[in-house]
Amino acid sequence: MKRALPILAVLVVLLAAIAFVNPFFLEPAGFLAFAKRAAPLVILAAGQYFVIVSGEFDLSVGSLVTAEVVIAARLIDGEEPATWPVIALLIVIGLLVGLVNGVVTTKLRVPSFIVTLGMLLVLSGAVFLWSGGAPRGALSEGFRAFGRGGLGPVPWSVLILLAVGAAAIWLMRADFGKTLMVAGDNERAAALSGVRVHRVKIFAFMLSGLAAAVTAILLGGFAGVSAQVGQGLEFSAITAVVLGGVVLGGGRGSVLAAMAGAFTLEALFTLLNLYGISGALEFTVQGVIIIVAVAAGAVRLPWKFTPRKGDAHAAS
Amino acid sequence: MNGIPVAARLREPTQVVFLALLGLIALGWVLVALDGGQFLTMESVVGIQQRSAALGIVAVGQTLAILAGSLDLSVAYLISLTSLVAAEIMAGQDGNIVPAVAAVLALSALVGLVNGLVITRLRVHAFIATLGVALIIRGILDHLYDGPAGKVPESFQVLGYSRIGPVPVSALLWAGVAVVAWFLLSRTRLGYRIYAVGGNEEVARLSGIRTGRIVVLTHVLCSVCAGVAGLLLASRLGAGAPTVGTDGGYDLESIAAVVLGGTALAGGKGGVAGTVGGVLLLAVLDTIFNQLEVNSFVKDVVRGVVIVIAVAVYARRTKGRSA
Repeated sequence: MKRALPILAVLVVLLAAIAFVNPFFLEPAGFLAFAKRAAPLVILAAGQYFVIVSGEFDLSVGSLVTAEVVIAARLIDGEEPATWPVIALLIVIGLLVGLVNGVVTTKLRVPSFIVTLGMLLVLSGAVFLWSGGAPRGALSEGFRAFGRGGLGPVPWSVLILLAVGAAAIWLMRADFGKTLMVAGDNERAAALSGVRVHRVKIFAFMLSGLAAAVTAILLGGFAGVSAQVGQGLEFSAITAVVLGGVVLGGGRGSVLAAMAGAFTLEALFTLLNLYGISGALEFTVQGVIIIVAVAAGAVRLPWKFTPRKGDAHAAS
Repeated sequence: MNGIPVAARLREPTQVVFLALLGLIALGWVLVALDGGQFLTMESVVGIQQRSAALGIVAVGQTLAILAGSLDLSVAYLISLTSLVAAEIMAGQDGNIVPAVAAVLALSALVGLVNGLVITRLRVHAFIATLGVALIIRGILDHLYDGPAGKVPESFQVLGYSRIGPVPVSALLWAGVAVVAWFLLSRTRLGYRIYAVGGNEEVARLSGIRTGRIVVLTHVLCSVCAGVAGLLLASRLGAGAPTVGTDGGYDLESIAAVVLGGTALAGGKGGVAGTVGGVLLLAVLDTIFNQLEVNSFVKDVVRGVVIVIAVAVYARRTKGRSA
């Protein structure tokens, strides 16, 4: 919780700024609409967090989300009874992709950056090969309900987000979380003290794949079927995690902070829209803010971090 | 190098990638012959070179950044930006070529300087720093341009299209860039320092190398290479285009080519020769698929698998050697 404080403070400031311009935001309906929009990225960031804290990257999640949505549309093809089996299949695919990423990274000793980059190419190629170049078919109403509908006033996606968030926090408090953190901090020391480093890392990749599957289910309903639905999500998720103060390279940061980072990123988009910095320059502002935020984190607490690029020069 | 027995030298990733390249050409020959075509025609040889020139130039720059233990995700947007700057300044006039080239080189050096300083002075991880700079450039591109702009005079299009015998001018440019980078890495003090910083930054610092400067310099060189690629693409298109860099996927693809060439992603190991092999391997693969008229999506799948397998093979070999 203590680690998440800086990013939570930033988040509160941003939310207050949004509420200042748009008072509707303070009403339950307004805030729930925001949470519903943010849910997919927050869930994806939680998955990415596990991989990053174990010292790896997962660049394949964006194309995995696209692949899952395209697969869902083609297999369901508007048939209501197909909804649940297809959802189960999507989750299995997500876990399987994570398993392959993890096994190739750990057992074949290929850097995860390359493994998941290869997976990105394979997934985007394979799914469009299978669907003939463009998404086909349609999602059923039951499937879309997860991204659109709700239980009374509370959207399903917010409930799913709460469940995922609770599960992620619980996982990080359990033995798994502790060994994962140790494996990311110093792989060799962890291995020597009996941690099954390969197994925890593979599990982390599977969690990321699972998160991508859930994100795809939410986005399929929320944003609809397109070939671009997952585009760039891998970078957004990694950015969100880093924005939450989680260090690339592993071993540091909390999952709550990573999810708060995703909320912050989404709040930032909302705010930029409200202030009329629409579309184009939004990216520029986003880029500047990401660099500044990460730089501020690195400069403020230098003694907490192991020496990285440039430390050496600054110290000499 | 001369004292090393042949068997050990064959374990070097550079040799592996060129052997794989030869194997792939042989395989391509057989497959295309079975399909009733002819593989190494003049047309396809020129095609391979032209296809690989732009990616090759970017990948050479990327090699420098990766060797120093960094990486650059901003090259794709920088290529788009420089293609536009070049075409806008040229505006179809022969006299404007020199100022345009100068402006592109200056601009890309500046972007590289920003990348390098953010990484070294602000201590932002290279992944995030260059991703942030990529977003900044993307925003500027989206804000200023909707589509192709500017005009490249015909005399400058020579760079993109004409050739001397079977060798396109663009391939010569690539070869030039690669030779300069090779010389820099293997024959100068700066080159040794780049390897030292990428190998172990702390040790390099303790041996008196100003590691920050080295990282900044590799980023400047990497961005300048991207600028040169932008010039090449502008001359090929006859105009600048805001999507030319991202459509080519030059960011991730250049990293993939570097790693395919046996350079370690963590830095300190590898070289330009391997990268040239990696880029050619990808281009030959492309050509085979084109000649067999295979669906372009299969290409992506095979490409992804090839890259992962190659790096897995290198990882095996280093393990075998150190054991």
